[in-house]
Amino acid sequence: MVTVERVWEALGEIPDPEIPAVSLVDLGVVRAVTVEGARVRVEFTPTFLGCPAVDVMREQMAERINELGAEAEIDLAAEGWSSDRITPEGRRKLEESGFAPPAPGAAPTTLLQLQEIVSRCPYCGSEDTRLENLFGPTPCRSIRYCASCRQPFEQFKTI
Amino acid sequence: MSEEDLIRPAGSRSEGSVPESAQRILELADDELILGWRNSEWTGIAPFLEEDVAFSSIAQTEIGHARAWYELAARQTERGGVDADALAFDRDPDEYRCAPFVETRLVPDWARTIARHWLYETADAIRIEALKASGDPEVAGLAEKIDREETYHRMHADMWADRLRDEARFRGAVDELWPSALGLLEPGQRDRLCEIVGREPVEANERGEHTEELRPLWEEMTMVRRSVPGASW
Repeated sequence: MVTVERVWEALGEIPDPEIPAVSLVDLGVVRAVTVEGARVRVEFTPTFLGCPAVDVMREQMAERINELGAEAEIDLAAEGWSSDRITPEGRRKLEESGFAPPAPGAAPTTLLQLQEIVSRCPYCGSEDTRLENLFGPTPCRSIRYCASCRQPFEQFKTI
Repeated sequence: MSEEDLIRPAGSRSEGSVPESAQRILELADDELILGWRNSEWTGIAPFLEEDVAFSSIAQTEIGHARAWYELAARQTERGGVDADALAFDRDPDEYRCAPFVETRLVPDWARTIARHWLYETADAIRIEALKASGDPEVAGLAEKIDREETYHRMHADMWADRLRDEARFRGAVDELWPSALGLLEPGQRDRLCEIVGREPVEANERGEHTEELRPLWEEMTMVRRSVPGASW
């Protein structure tokens, strides 16, 4: 018999297609799981609408649920993703893999607000870092530079 | 048979039957798709690496927003078999609802590119704000989601506008594009744009007629789809 807990556990083992160190559950991409007999419904929300990994995520979730012996229905949630949805565990794993987690709290609406955010280098821990580019290799990340260890690094955008 | 014969010409397939409410959504979707396409033309050739990354990322997000709007329009279209890809790629150029403002190819003119980027993001913020108050919860929800992502486009556009504000080429580009920029918005929303941009209203270059530049873009954008119906990649 498939249980909600079992499904969450299985989804928590699926690595993010772009940052395999964190799982879809760590990222807060999975919103809700409901089980009715042998049918499992998952509501999820990609980090950004333009995220090219959406279809891969969908397939991987369905596959894992099928392995549990249940039928899967994977739907996009009505609510959007926010970077506050990344779990404490997810933030820790991001930092360990060289990504600065998003600054907590309200999303900045101006460049000045964004530049005032203190951000710690995931490599050396220095707070002497600066914004290098609002945009990065994926829609959810920006590029920063650490003046202390002279290393560029990627930071999750706060949205 | 020549390559031309294999590629379905414009006018041979039309989805038609898209209801009026969905047609309004298509204006937004088409603006985002076509501008996303134009912005992606900077990939690999922007003036410096940071902007190469920025314009590529902005293009990707815009096309993602277009997809979300097309999916919504497809759900509101009663006739089955219409999906986001069909709306994006299977209509004839004349059926697109995008504003002339987004159609022009501006590579390699950086001043005009930044002028359009800034005017577009400023106008887009006004209409997204209005859509967040829509009576249709699906429209309002999607507008809210898109607004949060667009914040980063606006920061980028404002940063450049601040930097180039006193440059003659940039000011000339804003002068040139201003009537088309007004055409992005509903008449009732245009005063707000004039206020933010600090310009007087002029006669707008309205949505409806396309420039000559849309067709070549469409030919390129839909070529694979017309060559191999149902192709996915």
